[in-house]
Amino acid sequence: MWLLYLPLVIPALAGMSARPLAARLEPRQATWLLTSATVALAGCSTAALALLAAYAAARAPFLATLGDYSQQVMRRGDPISAAAGTAAALALTGAAVAVAVMLRSRARALAESYRRAAELEADDGIVVVPGPAIEAYALPGGPGRIVVSGRLLDRLDNRRRAALIAHEQAHLAGRHHLFAVVARLAAAANPLLLPVARSVEYTVERWADEHAAAVTGDRRLVAETIGQVALLATPGRRRLAGITLGIIKPRTRRVSVAWAGPVPRRVAALLTAPPRRRIILLGASAAIVLLAGVAALEAARDLHALLELAQAAG
Amino acid sequence: MPSGDGRRGVRDHEPQRAADSPPGVPRRAAGTLESEILGILRSAGEPLSPGEVRQRLPAGQHGEGQHGEGQHGELSYSTVVTIVSRLHAKGLLARQRAGRGFTYTPVDEASVVASRMSNALGSGTDRSAVLSRFVSGLSGRDALLLRRLLADDQGQQDGDPGWAEKGQ
Repeated sequence: MWLLYLPLVIPALAGMSARPLAARLEPRQATWLLTSATVALAGCSTAALALLAAYAAARAPFLATLGDYSQQVMRRGDPISAAAGTAAALALTGAAVAVAVMLRSRARALAESYRRAAELEADDGIVVVPGPAIEAYALPGGPGRIVVSGRLLDRLDNRRRAALIAHEQAHLAGRHHLFAVVARLAAAANPLLLPVARSVEYTVERWADEHAAAVTGDRRLVAETIGQVALLATPGRRRLAGITLGIIKPRTRRVSVAWAGPVPRRVAALLTAPPRRRIILLGASAAIVLLAGVAALEAARDLHALLELAQAAG
Repeated sequence: MPSGDGRRGVRDHEPQRAADSPPGVPRRAAGTLESEILGILRSAGEPLSPGEVRQRLPAGQHGEGQHGEGQHGELSYSTVVTIVSRLHAKGLLARQRAGRGFTYTPVDEASVVASRMSNALGSGTDRSAVLSRFVSGLSGRDALLLRRLLADDQGQQDGDPGWAEKGQ
C-alpha cells in the first residue's frame, strides 16, 4: 500500500528539483517538461487522495450493504486508517476548491486581457504608454499587444528596443501565458507543486530571452537590456548610486546566482554559452513523473481487486 | 466591463478632482474645464503653452474672438497651469520644456487607454497574472549581483559600458 503514498511524495521531490532543472535544461524543453509534470503530478496526487478516501469510505457499513460486498474482507485487506482517509477526503475537498478559485481568477484575468488588447489600436502590435512608469509587458489577446512605456523606450537605444520587442513577441507568439496559467492551476491542486509552477514562469522568460538573442544575434545585448531595464525599473536604486562600474572590483571571476532572483539568473544564463538539449536529464525527469502515474494506477487496481474479492465473499 | 470603460474611468476620478479644485474655479466646472482644455489642445495641432491655452479658452466657448473676455474672463493663468499640470500627471498630456515653462501636446487616444489599463492591471495581482512583464522587481542584493555580473563580463569584453545608467 506504500504505492499509494508515492504519488504524494513525488510532487515534493519535483518541487525541490524544479529550480535546478530550470537552470540546466534548454528553456523550451524545460517549459514543456515542467508544465506537463505539474499537470501529471497534480492528477496523480489527486487520484491518490481520492483512493485513500475511497478505502476509508469502503468501511462504512451502509456502503457495504449498498455495494453488496463483505465488510470483513474489506477491513482485513484495508491498510488505511480512518484518520488517514478522512484527512485525504478533506485535502481533496480543499484541492477542488482551490482549483475552482484559481480557475475563476485566471479565466477572468485572461478575458480582461483579451478585451483590453482588442481595445488598443496599435501599430505592429506595439502600444506606447505615457506616464512616469518604467514598464514593458506582453498583453495576451487575439492578437496580443506589446505595451511599453514611452519613458522606458526613451532610455533604450535602437538595438535594445529591438531586443525588448523580440522578447515580448516571443511571449505572444509562443502563448507563454498559457504554460504559466496551466502550471498554476495544477499547483492549486497540490501546493507542493508551487515551486514547479514558479519555475515555469522563469523558464518562459528564459525562452523569450533566448528567442531575443537569436533574433538580435547578440546574447550580451539581451543580457544588458534586461539588466538596464531592471535597474531602471527598481525604485530606490539611488541607494546603490555609489556602486558603479569602477568601484566594484570583483575578487572572483564567477558570481554565484544559484540563490538569486530571476533577473540575475536570466542575465547570467545569457552571458554563458547557449543551452544545449539534454536528453538524459529530460528522460530521467519524465521517468520519475511516469513512476507517480504507474503507482497511482497500481493502487487503483489494488482497490479494485480488493473490492471484487469482498464482493465475491459478500 | 463594457467597451465604454475608458469614459467611465474618467468619471471615476471626478469627485476627487472636484475636491482639489484650485481657488477661483467653481467646483462643478473643474471637469468641464479639463475636457475643454483637452479639446483646445487636440484641435490646435501644435504644442501650446498655458498662456496660449488661456487665450484660446473663450474662443473655444463662443466660436470666435481670440481676445474676448467671455465666460472665462476671470480664469487666472495659474488656474490654467494647474489644470494642464493635472492633465499631464494623469498621462493625458505630454509636455516639452520651452524656455522657462512648458508647452503641452495631447497624448493620442490609444495611449491614454493603454495607460489607464496599465494602472488597472498593475493594481491587482490576479489581473496582472497573465501579463508577461519584461523584468520582475529586483531586491537590493539582486541589483548588486546584476551590476557585478555585467561588470565582470565587461572586464573580459572590454566594450562600452552601455548597460550603466545614463544620466539621472
